[in-house]
Amino acid sequence: MAAVQETIDQVRLIDVDQYRYGFETLIESELAPKGLSEDIVRYISAKKNEPEWMLEWRLEAYRRWLTMEEPTWARVDYPKIDFQDLHYYSAPKKKSIASLDEIDPEILKTYEKLGIPLREVAMLEGVEPQPGDVDPNRRKIAVDAVFDSVSVATTFQAELKKAGVIFMPISEAIREHPELVKQYLGTVVPTSDNFYATLNSAVFSDGSFVYIPPGVKCPMELSTYFRINERNTGQFERTLIIADKGAYVSYLEGCTAPQRDENQLHAAVVELVTLDDAEIKYSTVQNWYPGNSEGKGGIYNFVTKRGDCRGNNSKISWTQVETGSAITWKYPSCILRGDNSRGEFYSIAISNGYQQVDSGTKMIHLGNNTTSRIISKGIAAGKSQNTYRGLVTAHRKAKNARNFTACDSLLIGDQCGAHTVPYIEAKNSSALFEHEATTSKISEDVLFYCVQRGLSQEEAVGLVVNGFVKDVLQQLPMEFAVEAQKLISISLEGSVG
Amino acid sequence: MPALLEVKNLQVRVEEREILHGLTLTVNAGEVHAIMGPNGSGKSTLSHVIAGKPGYEVTGGEILFKGEDLLEMEADERAAKGVFLAFQYPVEIPGVATMTFLRTALNAQRKARGESEFSTPDFLKKVREVAASLNIPQDMLRRGVNVGFSGGEKKRNEVLQMALFQPSLCILDEMDSGLDIDALRIASEGVNALRSSERAMVVITHYQRLLNYIVPDHVHVMSKGRVVKTGGKELALELEASGYAQYEDVAA
Repeated sequence: MAAVQETIDQVRLIDVDQYRYGFETLIESELAPKGLSEDIVRYISAKKNEPEWMLEWRLEAYRRWLTMEEPTWARVDYPKIDFQDLHYYSAPKKKSIASLDEIDPEILKTYEKLGIPLREVAMLEGVEPQPGDVDPNRRKIAVDAVFDSVSVATTFQAELKKAGVIFMPISEAIREHPELVKQYLGTVVPTSDNFYATLNSAVFSDGSFVYIPPGVKCPMELSTYFRINERNTGQFERTLIIADKGAYVSYLEGCTAPQRDENQLHAAVVELVTLDDAEIKYSTVQNWYPGNSEGKGGIYNFVTKRGDCRGNNSKISWTQVETGSAITWKYPSCILRGDNSRGEFYSIAISNGYQQVDSGTKMIHLGNNTTSRIISKGIAAGKSQNTYRGLVTAHRKAKNARNFTACDSLLIGDQCGAHTVPYIEAKNSSALFEHEATTSKISEDVLFYCVQRGLSQEEAVGLVVNGFVKDVLQQLPMEFAVEAQKLISISLEGSVG
Repeated sequence: MPALLEVKNLQVRVEEREILHGLTLTVNAGEVHAIMGPNGSGKSTLSHVIAGKPGYEVTGGEILFKGEDLLEMEADERAAKGVFLAFQYPVEIPGVATMTFLRTALNAQRKARGESEFSTPDFLKKVREVAASLNIPQDMLRRGVNVGFSGGEKKRNEVLQMALFQPSLCILDEMDSGLDIDALRIASEGVNALRSSERAMVVITHYQRLLNYIVPDHVHVMSKGRVVKTGGKELALELEASGYAQYEDVAA
C-alpha cells in the first residue's frame, strides 16, 4: 500500500533532523581532564569546596564502582562506552552569581531559544501575579537553572525562605545544610545501588536540593532546566527532595540538549523522601538530543529515580514525558514503606528514528494498605524500539497491597517495535494486582477518517496520538501540559506522508 | 455551469485487480442519486475513490468536481472543497472528545478555504442546535469520537458532521447497515433536512428500505464495476421484487 510505504519513508526523517533545540552556547567553560580516577573525584570535590565527609562518600562510591559491571539486561543496544574518554566536570567560567544581571547573556539567550522566557522571564523580572489571578501562565515557578554542571541562577529564594522551604543547588546544600544532606543522601538510592547510580555518586556535579518543612505546602511549583552543553562531558545530576511530615511539593524537571555528533552520557540520580502525610509530585519533560536520522549521536540517558514513601499516608507521584535521547534507561520507582502510602507512575514515552527506550517503574509494596497506579503510554515510530519494563511486588508482610497497571503501546509504521515486560510478585495473599496491556497500530482507516473530515495527515496523527496519551497529559501541571503537547507534535512531525 | 460531480469512464485497480471498469456517473446540484448493487459490485470502491482514500490506483478516466480535477487533490483538500463521505463503519478515536474533533475538523476546512475560524461560542451554539435536532445528547459530544457509541449513535454522529460542515456533495455509504427502524428514521430525517438545491447526495445501499426514507431522484444499478441500469425511484422497487441476478448477465 502506497500510504504505508510513504509513512515509513517519512518516519526516517523525523524529529531527529528537525531537532529544534540543537544549538550550542559559545561560552567558555572550565573542563576537567578526560578520564576517571580518584584524582578526578578529588578534583570535583575540591571544585565544589566540599567538606571532607562528602569527599569520602564520593571516594567510597568510586571504589565500589570499580568493582561493578555495566548492566546488560535492558533492551537497548549501543557501542561500548569508554569511561576513560569522557570529561567528568565542566563549569561555565563565570559563576557564583548574586543577581540576574551578572548572568552571561549567552546563557540567557539559550533559555530564550528554549522558549523558557514565555513564563519564567516574567517571573525573573518580578512580574508578580495579581491577587485572584487564575491564569496558570502567571503562576509562580521558581527556577533553579542547571547550566551544564553548575547552577547559575536561583530565583525566588527569598519567598521560599519565608515559607521555610530550602531550594538550592545540592553543592550549596552540602555546605549549608550538611545535617540534612547527611541524613538523607543515598538513603533511597544507596551508593552501591547500580552501576550508573554508583558512578553518579562518585562524580555528581550538581543538581537540586529541596527540603519542605513539616506542614508546609510549598508556595510555588519548583522547576529546573537541565542542559548538556559541553562537548563530551558526562552529566551527572544529583537531586534530593525531602517532604517532611504533612508537607507538599510539586517539582518540574525539563531538559533539552544541543545537537552534536558524539554520544553523551547522562546518568542522573533523583531521590525523593516523603515522611508521614507528605506528598511529592515530580514531573519531567525530557527532550535530550535523540541522534540524527541515521541514528548517529544522541544522548545516552541512564537514570536512577526513586522515591521512598517513608512515612504513613504519604504519596509520591511520577509523571514523565520522554521524547528525546538516543538511549533511555529509566525506571522512576516508589518504595511504599509507610502504611497507607501511595505511589503513582504516569508515563508517555515516544521513540522515533533509531531511538531506544527501556523505561518503566517499580512499585515496591512494603507497608500495609499501600496502593499504586501505573499508566504507561508508549509510542514507537520509525525504526525505534520502545520497551515498558515494570515491577510490582508485595512483601510477605504487606497486607492489602493494591496495584493497577495499564500499559498501552501505539505503533506508527511497520519497522518499529513495542515491548512490554511486566514483573509481578505477590508474596502476601491479600495483595490485589491488576495488569492491563494493549498494543495497537495507528490505523490507516482512522487517519483516513480524520483526513476525510479536512485534517492534514500530520494533524490527524497529532490528534490521534494526543488522544492516546490524554490520561497521562492530564496528570501534568497545566504549564507543562501545554509544552508537552507541543513536544509530542514536534517529535512526530513528518511521521506520515 | 458544470455538473457538481462528473465521473467519466473511471477505471480503478486495487492490488492489480480491476474493480471499476469504466464507470460513468453525472450528479447535478440538488439531486439525490441512489447507487444499488450486490456485494462486490464496486459501490464502496467508488465512494472511497471519490473521497481520496489511499490504496486505490486509478488507471483510466477522470472525476470532475465543480469542473475541477478531483483526482489531483489530496483527501483533505477534497473535504475542504465540499466532498463528504458518511462512512459505513465510522472509526473510534479514543481520548479525542467528539466536540474537539468537530471543531478541529471544521476549522481545518475553513482555514483551507481561507475563511476565518469559528469563534468558540458560535461553534458551541451551532453544534448544540444541530445535535438537538438529531437527538444527540450533550454527554455524547464530550465522549471520545464514536467510543462506546451504538450503531445508531455513530450514524447520527456522521449526520451531525454533515450538518456542521455543510458539504456540497454527501456520499452516504450503506448508512442503513446496523440500524434499527427508529435509528434509521432519525438519521434519515437528518439527511433529508440537508437536502437543498445547492447540494447533491449519493446514497449507496443494498436495500430499497433506506430509499423509503431518503427518496432518490435517480437510481443506478451497479454490477461488476459498471453502472448497468439507470432509472427513477421506481427502479429501486423493481429491484426489491426481482433481485440483482438479472443484471449479472448484462455486466458480463
